[in-house]
Amino acid sequence: MPPPVSNTAHAPAPEESVVVRAAVADDLPVVIDLDRRNTGLPKPDYWHDLFARYGARDGRFFLVAEARGTVVGFIIGEVRAWEFGSPPCGWVFALGVDDSVRLSGVGSRLFESICEGFRTAGVDKVRTMLAVDDNLNMSFFRSQGMMGGPFIQLEKALD
Amino acid sequence: MRLQKATRCALFAVLELAGQPDRQLSATDIAERYGISSNHLAKVLRDLGRAGLVESVRGAGGGYRFAGNARRLTLFDVIALFEDVDAARPMGREPGDHTENGQALRLVLQEIDDIARATLRSITIDTMLKTTQWRRDRAARAETVR
Repeated sequence: MPPPVSNTAHAPAPEESVVVRAAVADDLPVVIDLDRRNTGLPKPDYWHDLFARYGARDGRFFLVAEARGTVVGFIIGEVRAWEFGSPPCGWVFALGVDDSVRLSGVGSRLFESICEGFRTAGVDKVRTMLAVDDNLNMSFFRSQGMMGGPFIQLEKALD
Repeated sequence: MRLQKATRCALFAVLELAGQPDRQLSATDIAERYGISSNHLAKVLRDLGRAGLVESVRGAGGGYRFAGNARRLTLFDVIALFEDVDAARPMGREPGDHTENGQALRLVLQEIDDIARATLRSITIDTMLKTTQWRRDRAARAETVR
């Protein structure tokens, strides 16, 4: 009888053993579970909709990292253009890594892969937007060389 | 944003020592490199030692070496040892704060402070060292192209 399959990697995977590839529909349950564990909020409808809009589309990237046959992370982004005058650039708007493999290079591999996709799509800048208190992701993106850019996020309550 | 002299000395010392983790550097070595007072730096190094971020090595060739975790230690952590950067600005401390315009001005300044704190909290010593290396590599590439 084969051993039970776990969706959680229990030991950090060496960076070289991580494979980054485009997400397929079968990855969604693991991605949804990983996001639920990281955010505390299950949102399967959102993820199915996201996969329909971002899976295998030109200029859109829904990538997963696989270590020892298990999905341990994901990153999603797209090429956006001319928002308030911004020339085409890569936008990363979702990133998740299983906390059991953090600090083993999985996030870096995902980020490098999506940046390569952006380069191939012809853009030379990558951007993201984060909550000001999201220290985990902020530190990660900083560690990849990202810095404050020329745009600023604004909002107001709609009374 | 301006940092106090001791804070800048502390950041330079931490970055210098963390960038050469296998070497011991004296206060004089670091002070000369950054053009700062070695007496002042020696005091700062003692504070960093008490915080467990550097340790002194006695004897010939002795000096200081980095004792922290560069991938965990942030700029904010170091700055907070020397300055009160964590506290939100208390309302009603300055003339005009009690007025509506004074409070609106406070909100804007608070927004700036919040962003500054989030930025400092998100940048580790390791990231700073990598940034320096990237800048060095980029300059070298530009030089090669020229």
